[in-house]
Amino acid sequence: MTDLAMDSALRELYQEVILDHSRHPRHYGVLEGASHKAEGYNPLCGDRVTVYLKLGEDGRITDVSFQGKGCAISQASASMMTDLLKGRSQGDAQRLMEGFLHLVRGEDASGLSQDDRETLDVMSGISEFPMRVKCATLAWHAYKNALEGGQNPAEEGAT
Amino acid sequence: MTAQSKIAASFDVDKARADFPILSREVYGKKLVYLDSGASAQKPRIVLDAMRDFAQSEYANVHRGVHFLSAVATDRYEAARQKVQSFLHAASSDEIVFTKGGTEAINLVSYSWLAPTIQPGDEIVLTVMEHHSNIVPWHFLRERAGAILRWVDIGDDGALDVEALDAAIGPRTKLVAVTHMSNVLGTVTPLQQIVARAHAKGVPVLADGCQGAVHETVDVQALDVDFYALTGHKLYGPTGIGALYAKSARLKGMRPFNGGGEMIREVARDRISYADPPARFEAGTPPIIESVGLAVALDYLMGLDRKAVAAHERDLLAYAREQVRQFNWLKVIGDAPDKGAILSFEAEGMHAHDLATILDREGVAVRAGHHCAQVLMERFGVTSTSRASFALYNNRADVDALIAGLSKAREILT
Repeated sequence: MTDLAMDSALRELYQEVILDHSRHPRHYGVLEGASHKAEGYNPLCGDRVTVYLKLGEDGRITDVSFQGKGCAISQASASMMTDLLKGRSQGDAQRLMEGFLHLVRGEDASGLSQDDRETLDVMSGISEFPMRVKCATLAWHAYKNALEGGQNPAEEGAT
Repeated sequence: MTAQSKIAASFDVDKARADFPILSREVYGKKLVYLDSGASAQKPRIVLDAMRDFAQSEYANVHRGVHFLSAVATDRYEAARQKVQSFLHAASSDEIVFTKGGTEAINLVSYSWLAPTIQPGDEIVLTVMEHHSNIVPWHFLRERAGAILRWVDIGDDGALDVEALDAAIGPRTKLVAVTHMSNVLGTVTPLQQIVARAHAKGVPVLADGCQGAVHETVDVQALDVDFYALTGHKLYGPTGIGALYAKSARLKGMRPFNGGGEMIREVARDRISYADPPARFEAGTPPIIESVGLAVALDYLMGLDRKAVAAHERDLLAYAREQVRQFNWLKVIGDAPDKGAILSFEAEGMHAHDLATILDREGVAVRAGHHCAQVLMERFGVTSTSRASFALYNNRADVDALIAGLSKAREILT
């Protein structure tokens, strides 16, 4: 890769939308009355994020929040995730998550709706940085674990 | 020119750089600036050549055959042991046990020396700046045998107060386990004083020398240390080999840890007797090719003026320390007097991993994370830091690249 291309890969990774989400995360903090929660832990860097969910009678995600400290990528990803999950059915959320995971790994993300694809486009630069994919998926795995009421598998080996 | 030209009289960094083939490669189209030698050092050509040559023309298993190559390989392997002995100034090569690395060396002491006699309530004294490899084996004894870990704090500058350590040694202390040089802070501990204080109370000392052996000249007899662990790959040698130095009196009383070939005297259906140390602790086929590489790496180091190398590394650290002063958003963690050439820092508003990603794309390899020292991270109230660690082959241009990369990261991330 040339210098310029490299620079643009970096600038795409750390574009304004990402930095804005990481500096001013949406839905940040403990969610009062949450029905589900789980912690995501990245043993590589020690970053932690806790995801809180409130499910409606029909199983719909009526509210969601996160709290924790981490790198710009993990914070921005968590923030965007909470924005996107709120109000969704679990099935829809599952499709969204699968599409997101494909996207950041540089795989076929055509399962995403047009709207979601456009919103998440800012995260697609991560596929150029394979060492950082775990940062982007940290909150999503915590969400999944919260829903399933399970433990974060990454943490089992670490404790 | 400054301090560097004075050092050049006895250590020529340009000449040394030419010995390390990897330094001429590029990453992402940029010159490699390798500032992660604290994690693992690069290897000089003579180490790589020696391992290949040995494997091509002299290789066989050791201590087994009567054939020609087995004798040659055994000689090389035992010569490597003698090389480690002379590197550490040990009294006898029988006091050098080859292991697969520093971690295994410390685990060996834990399993073979301390575990058989430890009682619930017995204490192990260690500092908060230990690497996990000098924490987890002792946690095992806490979990399995009820041992108590006594933690010695350090100052805000990262310095270890010998009085604080002394105060932690009590009547039930069985071992002081302390790093010779912190892999995060660069703090060099006053090992000789620590050993004297511990011995005054009848307590043996294990030193984790994985970093210390690289940057300090080690004389285990002068230090009077009981156990000293080192690893080959940080000493410009290969991975897969390390060594434990232990006083022969200690080794003689130690039970074997791994069981298998090489470590026995006699095996029958209903009885067994073990070989004398060090063979007792080297079950199975050892890292033979790696031992040859390690011996050459130690020869390489000992062939240099090590005081001049240390001065060169400290000059780089001082230069880097001075350069980062211009960044009021950067906080150095670890400023102990006479520390070794490791610069750890936190950057305001920038996570260590984001910083490391940007530096990486500039060709600058640094370590970001908790550095296998989470107790220390907790001590400083951080989850991770960025770390630049300097080796003999680094130069001021490497520091300049780091500084330029930091400016760029700041520009992108804030």
